[in-house]
Amino acid sequence: MRNQNSCISIQHVFKQFGKHEVLKDINLEIEEGEIFGLLGPSGAGKSTLIKELAGLDVPTSGENYIFGERMPTLKLMERIGYMAQADALYEELSANENLQFFASLYGLKGKKKKERINEVMQLVDLSDHLNKPVSNYSGGMKRRLSLAIALLHEPEMLILDEPTVGIDPVLRKSIWDAFYDLNRKGTTIIVTTHVMDEAEKCDRLGLMRDGELIAVGTAEALRNETNSDTIEQAFLVYGGATS
Amino acid sequence: MRVIALTKRILQQLIRDKRTLGLLIFAPILVLTMLHLVFNGDDYVPKVGLVEIPEAIVDQIDTTDAEVTIYTNENDAQQAVHSEEIDGYILLDDATTSAVFLEGSDPSVNSATLRWIQSAFSSLQQGESAAQFEIDYLYGSSDMGPFDYFGPVLLGFFVFFFVFIIAGVSFIRERTTGTLERLLSTPLRKWEIVTGYVLGFGIFTIIQSTIIAWYAIYVLNMMMVGAFIYVLLITLSLALTALTLGILISSFANNELQMIQFIPIVVIPQIFFSGLFNLETISDWLSWVGPFTPLYYAADALRDVMVRGHGFGEIFVNLIILFGFSLLFMLLNGLALRKYRKI
Repeated sequence: MRNQNSCISIQHVFKQFGKHEVLKDINLEIEEGEIFGLLGPSGAGKSTLIKELAGLDVPTSGENYIFGERMPTLKLMERIGYMAQADALYEELSANENLQFFASLYGLKGKKKKERINEVMQLVDLSDHLNKPVSNYSGGMKRRLSLAIALLHEPEMLILDEPTVGIDPVLRKSIWDAFYDLNRKGTTIIVTTHVMDEAEKCDRLGLMRDGELIAVGTAEALRNETNSDTIEQAFLVYGGATS
Repeated sequence: MRVIALTKRILQQLIRDKRTLGLLIFAPILVLTMLHLVFNGDDYVPKVGLVEIPEAIVDQIDTTDAEVTIYTNENDAQQAVHSEEIDGYILLDDATTSAVFLEGSDPSVNSATLRWIQSAFSSLQQGESAAQFEIDYLYGSSDMGPFDYFGPVLLGFFVFFFVFIIAGVSFIRERTTGTLERLLSTPLRKWEIVTGYVLGFGIFTIIQSTIIAWYAIYVLNMMMVGAFIYVLLITLSLALTALTLGILISSFANNELQMIQFIPIVVIPQIFFSGLFNLETISDWLSWVGPFTPLYYAADALRDVMVRGHGFGEIFVNLIILFGFSLLFMLLNGLALRKYRKI
């Protein structure tokens, strides 16, 4: 039943918080090496879905498979890099201390640890600010440092919850350049967003609304199928069709 | 190794946060110093009036421990009591009967006044024939002040109070800033998080309780007959329960203010059962709570060591119970973390 190439397989996933149904029968295959975007308004269930993929939550019913194994396991989590909506940094500490700490949690040591820290800081263009306390960082710098931490252990898969929210266009472009860079090296990237123009940057898209996955496909295919000029219009058509 | 990384990070954070560091060490020192000055201040000197007492008798009275004023009629004395110039007066009708009149609003002043009157006049009436008692003490001595008795309890209480707050608040911060979620997205196990926290704060607590205990005993001269190492052992195991309880309680609070709201529920009632008040006089339908509070055991053990000079044999049961509390809270913490990650 599972696709050979897919590294994520979501099968009949439901999630309920009390009486509130947050995810309704989600089925999705994500292939290795693609940039997959989950698009939808806030409250659509995007964060809940990717939290399950990151191993932080479990579905009420249904299964999530990553690399052919059922989530969640600690072993799989070692192969995933996760960045939440919050920056999740220790502000009292310097960037270097934050990186050192999380690198140790992934079991990096000595020379290798130092190398990785320099590499990821270069990738997010923060090398000059390595020893600054995080409390002196700007919002955009914190976002990039948070991304750098998620990249430390060279994950095969990156799961990013709204990575560019509240970031100016120039910085957003540089973050996306970093994503493309990683993607070229073979990293599968799953990213949520509610910014429609960002959706165009993904290989494939999943549109979510009210806990349902209403459409999946490339941006072009979604536009063509609905005869729309923009993803936003396509979203409206799919959304209107289901309600 | 992950535990060590977590321990190191907690210590780094504490060292950066100078204010919290100061609060944890200097606040208990400040409060203990103030209590020392309050409890071990000078004895109250009663202001007593003597009414219509023959001068021959007045000469014989030892007036060193009281401010004595002589009145020629009772009305003047009564006036003085009303205007709070004196705390009370004694009236000798004839050689045998006497009457004492007190202002009476403050029980401690009443008893000080009465005590002086009793000692002044008993020596007068019985002269040299008064029996001389020699008093021996099993523990303590005649110069043991209230601070010496309360001290061990307060020492334990302040260590408990501040560690509870800081541990709880720092865990809440971990949750609200999202770093807990990030920790849980790594292969870090839940017991490793709890252990890392216990070790990080544990190391700091050793330093903190050493400084506070040293200050109370050697600077404030709190009564101390036992061995210092046992005092450290007890405060450390108490701090451990405070730490694990603080983290546990923090999972029921959504922000720092809600953590503070747990103080009157979780921390303050423990004082009542710690021996600061006589346990035997506490109403029966409340006194059963005592054995469920960690401070009850810590205060008992501290008093055993500091006042009674007991050794390890007498305190180890208390220590085991305290470690039992910590272990229980740690297990519950592991369960509470399931809310954030199922495995």
